[in-house]
Amino acid sequence: MPSRTSVVTAETVAKPVRPSTRQRRSIGDPLFRGMTHLAALIVFGILVGIAVVLAFGAAPAFRAFGPMFFVTKAWNPVEDVFGALAPACGTLITSAIALLLAVPVSFGIAIFLTELAPKWMRRPVGTAVELLAAVPSIVYGMWGLFSFAPFYAAHVQPALTAYLGPVPGLGRLFDGPPLGIGLSTAGIILAIMIVPFIAAVMRDVFETVPPMLREAAYGTGATTWEVVWKVVLPYARGGVLGGIVLGLGRALGETMAVTFVIGNAYDITLSLFMPSATISSVIANEFTEATGKLYYSSLIALGLVLFVITFVVLAAARLMLARMKARAGGA
Amino acid sequence: MANPIYARRRARNMVAVGASVLVTVFGLAVLALILTSILRHGLAAISPTLFTESTPPPGAHGGLLNAIVGSLLLNTVAVVFGTPLGVLAGTYLAEFGRGSRFSDVVRFVNDMLLSAPSILLGLFAYETVVVTLGHFSGWAGSFALSLIVIPVVVRTTEDMLLLVPMELREAGIGLGAPYWRVVSTVCYRAAGAGMLTGVLLAVARISGETAPLLFTALNNQFWSANMNAPIANLPVVIFQFAMSPYDEWRELAWAGALLITVAVLGLNILTRAALPQPKGNT
Repeated sequence: MPSRTSVVTAETVAKPVRPSTRQRRSIGDPLFRGMTHLAALIVFGILVGIAVVLAFGAAPAFRAFGPMFFVTKAWNPVEDVFGALAPACGTLITSAIALLLAVPVSFGIAIFLTELAPKWMRRPVGTAVELLAAVPSIVYGMWGLFSFAPFYAAHVQPALTAYLGPVPGLGRLFDGPPLGIGLSTAGIILAIMIVPFIAAVMRDVFETVPPMLREAAYGTGATTWEVVWKVVLPYARGGVLGGIVLGLGRALGETMAVTFVIGNAYDITLSLFMPSATISSVIANEFTEATGKLYYSSLIALGLVLFVITFVVLAAARLMLARMKARAGGA
Repeated sequence: MANPIYARRRARNMVAVGASVLVTVFGLAVLALILTSILRHGLAAISPTLFTESTPPPGAHGGLLNAIVGSLLLNTVAVVFGTPLGVLAGTYLAEFGRGSRFSDVVRFVNDMLLSAPSILLGLFAYETVVVTLGHFSGWAGSFALSLIVIPVVVRTTEDMLLLVPMELREAGIGLGAPYWRVVSTVCYRAAGAGMLTGVLLAVARISGETAPLLFTALNNQFWSANMNAPIANLPVVIFQFAMSPYDEWRELAWAGALLITVAVLGLNILTRAALPQPKGNT
């Protein structure tokens, strides 16, 4: 600090009093801002990078098979013929089953948590449901394979075949050997996995419904069900849909739980009891064993298909939720 | 009460309320069922050698020491590299880019990453790190996991910084502090507990992630702490052992599943009990 001890002259007074701090400030702020900006750019770059890397990796497969890749049923590493149809169907069917089962259950849980449960019960039950979402997918997979599948094969599948099998049309879905694993098992496990996500989002959007609306409806003598169905649900429609689609996004991309119970067969069958494969289970099972450029590239092409599907679905979900949030904020 | 319309409305309400109570009980029962199943199988397989021996060859007894150490290594590296980047990007969104078009895009991209299928992150890490290095490695596994850590930390950092009152920033600036000091010494301190929640939730998330490790860190039957080589880790060991026909391996898989479940649920419960919660971490 030489300037402090020196004699005060016109020159030293005119100089900045604490040059060191000023300097630090002038470098520090742009530097910090630049670093955060760079980090934000990297986050953006990761997603772009994933898309680009998958597209490059998939290029040889698309060159070899062209659009036929999407409609070819075969998946034959020996003859080097690959098509996405069977795994893509598996992914769509298991996700559809999951949604079909999960949406009503999630709706019920959300109603219970917002309308029915006494105050003291809401937090613990809500927390328990959220914890169900935190359980790793591989644990669901193991539970599905070793605990659920044997029970399902011994008690549920024979009953379904017996009661629903004879129904014309519908019966075809439940026709097949009670293996315990297969499309329906994967769908059920997926449903259990996405219920907490959908229920949590539904509960959150139900809570954004202004209490005045609710109270007004109750005041006119509406029953709980009428309040939910005619007041809460119409108000929260966008958010509810967003939550459901968010769950769908999870189901489409889920890997481990499905890989355990799907059975790995490249077949497209009407029966939900038959083993099948999904995009993610094929990649998980075969990627490290893929030999040959085309095999490997076809697996990455499957990944690209999954990326595009989930991106579209998740983007739609975010859009719906954002719109809902904007409305709730404005109200 | 003889009015048929009233009776019908009442009946419909009873059915709906009953169904919703029923599915909630059912949902909780499934959670209980899964937990008891993991506990029953897992506790039976827990033994002292679990923590002192490495994964055995087929048909022999052993433990999970190498997998536990491997998982700790992979997770630590992923968090150490992912957290600073996530915190900085979250800081940008909350402090510098409020309302700008670019931050809207980044926020959207971050949401996509948050729920992207984790197996795609594994493919990405394979194509970039494994192909470049020419071999499977712990680094590749940690890279894939850090791609999960980053969006979680970005989201919680932004949420928590937005909760810091403007007056605190104004007070800091009024004292003559440059903005970066205000953020790093005032805002981070005010939002610190919430940001820690984000990091812990990220740890919980990656602890159970299997798909990104399948073709990055791979697996290693032997003791190894070398991040530049294939490394054992709990999720992949559980997957391989559970799918194997050997009883000893399956038992170890259950024990591993119990360890992971306890760790993940423990972290979740801990953060809920002790730290402020970010809204909507889905």
